[in-house]
Amino acid sequence: MNRLKNRIFTITVWTVALCVILFVFALLLLILERGFPSLTWDFLFGLPSEIEEGGGIGPALFNSFYMLFLSMVIAVPLGIAAGIYLAEFAPDNAWIAMVRICVEGLASVPSIIFGLFGIALFVEMFQLGLTILGGAASLAFLNLPVITRVTEEAIRAVPREWRHASFALGATHLQTIRRVLLPASMSAIITGLSLASGRAFGESAVIILTAGVTTSGVMWDFNLLSPGETLAVHLWYVQSEAIVPDAQQISQKSAAVLLFIVLAFNVVFRIPAWVRDFRIRKAA
Amino acid sequence: MQALIEIERLNLFYGSFHALKNISMDIPEKAITAFIGPSGCGKSTLLRSLNRMNDMIPGTSTHGSIKIAGADIYGKDIDVEALRKNVGMVFQQPNPFPKSIYDNVAYGPRLHGITSRHKLDEIVESSLRGAALWNEVKDHLKRSALSLSGGQQQRLCIARALAVEPDVLLMDEATSALDPISTLKIEELAQELKAKYTIVMVTHNMHQAARVSNQTVFFLNGEVVEYAETEKLFSNPQDQRTEDYISGRFG
Repeated sequence: MNRLKNRIFTITVWTVALCVILFVFALLLLILERGFPSLTWDFLFGLPSEIEEGGGIGPALFNSFYMLFLSMVIAVPLGIAAGIYLAEFAPDNAWIAMVRICVEGLASVPSIIFGLFGIALFVEMFQLGLTILGGAASLAFLNLPVITRVTEEAIRAVPREWRHASFALGATHLQTIRRVLLPASMSAIITGLSLASGRAFGESAVIILTAGVTTSGVMWDFNLLSPGETLAVHLWYVQSEAIVPDAQQISQKSAAVLLFIVLAFNVVFRIPAWVRDFRIRKAA
Repeated sequence: MQALIEIERLNLFYGSFHALKNISMDIPEKAITAFIGPSGCGKSTLLRSLNRMNDMIPGTSTHGSIKIAGADIYGKDIDVEALRKNVGMVFQQPNPFPKSIYDNVAYGPRLHGITSRHKLDEIVESSLRGAALWNEVKDHLKRSALSLSGGQQQRLCIARALAVEPDVLLMDEATSALDPISTLKIEELAQELKAKYTIVMVTHNMHQAARVSNQTVFFLNGEVVEYAETEKLFSNPQDQRTEDYISGRFG
């Protein structure tokens, strides 16, 4: 009887898992299959068009990477520093407990709230208008709690024995963090960063509110005060607002590009961790 | 024999729990001193006081004095990092870093500012030789330390401790997680090391204390019950409680 139950349970779990995997793959395939065959370099790097067909996504694609880069430049050092503080230095009191709850809460706040905050700060208070700078900073705010949380968890997960071994050899706290805790938690932190970048890359609500739905209309525009429509926003824009006749194709191709890049992030970011794990395992 | 470590009226509290009660003893240099006693008797706590690892446990307060080579290690101007460099420690569970064998041994010297490759190579080799591990690992120093067996890992941890040239080596039940053969190797190693180092070991295993140590201290409920030459303590204990413990009546 127990064996039968075990078998039924195993089969159920497998079936559910297979269904989920099939669903995900079908979704990926559908999107990639519709968009990829008609992708051209002209589309990827070309300028968008407002009225005629044949417009590209060049500036939007560029903005996506540029803003992601800028937001990570802001969020990664701050988030990792805050995570280290919470894991290693923060006293164990009610105030820190509250900070921790706030960080956790912020990590799950809907992104549009960060967009509204970005408007209030950059558009209204600093009178910047819709800019790449405002968008990147707002994206950084969005990711900051996630990165903080991931870093704190990753450092806490490092076995206590390693920490003790380091201190017992006469290491200072800083040396222990730099030489033992960070290297040991790096692969978990990097996984967190890759999730955060994927989220930032695909984010639309924050960008629409803080960086706008237009680009400056030229390629390789590094000006921080240019409007900063990204690919995800462009996708939303052509699908819902645009009047170009080939809006459907543009959105399908954009979706495929977006999806492909986010997938690529997940793979690329993990390569260093894989190499590390492989080297450790190879020795075993 | 000359006393290297002098403990005077040491009292230690974890919060309100009185873990060590008025302990005074001298530990001679270049010999093995074993701390024995049942769980919770304070032997590990005293060991961790000698390199101030207890500082890491919140709510610990220490009163009294411990002098190592004449310097009060709980004094105001003591450099805790320098103290821990001088008083090495080997833990109950082998705890090599997830780094290569080489980097594990070089970890301590690098902390203390040695960067020359040549010098590090020398230290790594002499430390691994000192811990009787060199012949087993010399051909794959780049391998992960985690690929070694438990006994090898523990000897690596000893090598890592030796690499910063301590005077004192603390062993906190260093063989309790190991198989009998690895245990024997570590015991033999301790015998060799006492020519150069002052060793203090905590052990659960009375036979181990009897086999390897020169002096033995028996602890009970945070107090020293008896401190004597090992042979004397095991063959002719002065205190009834010591006799009960070593004859296996409790603990």
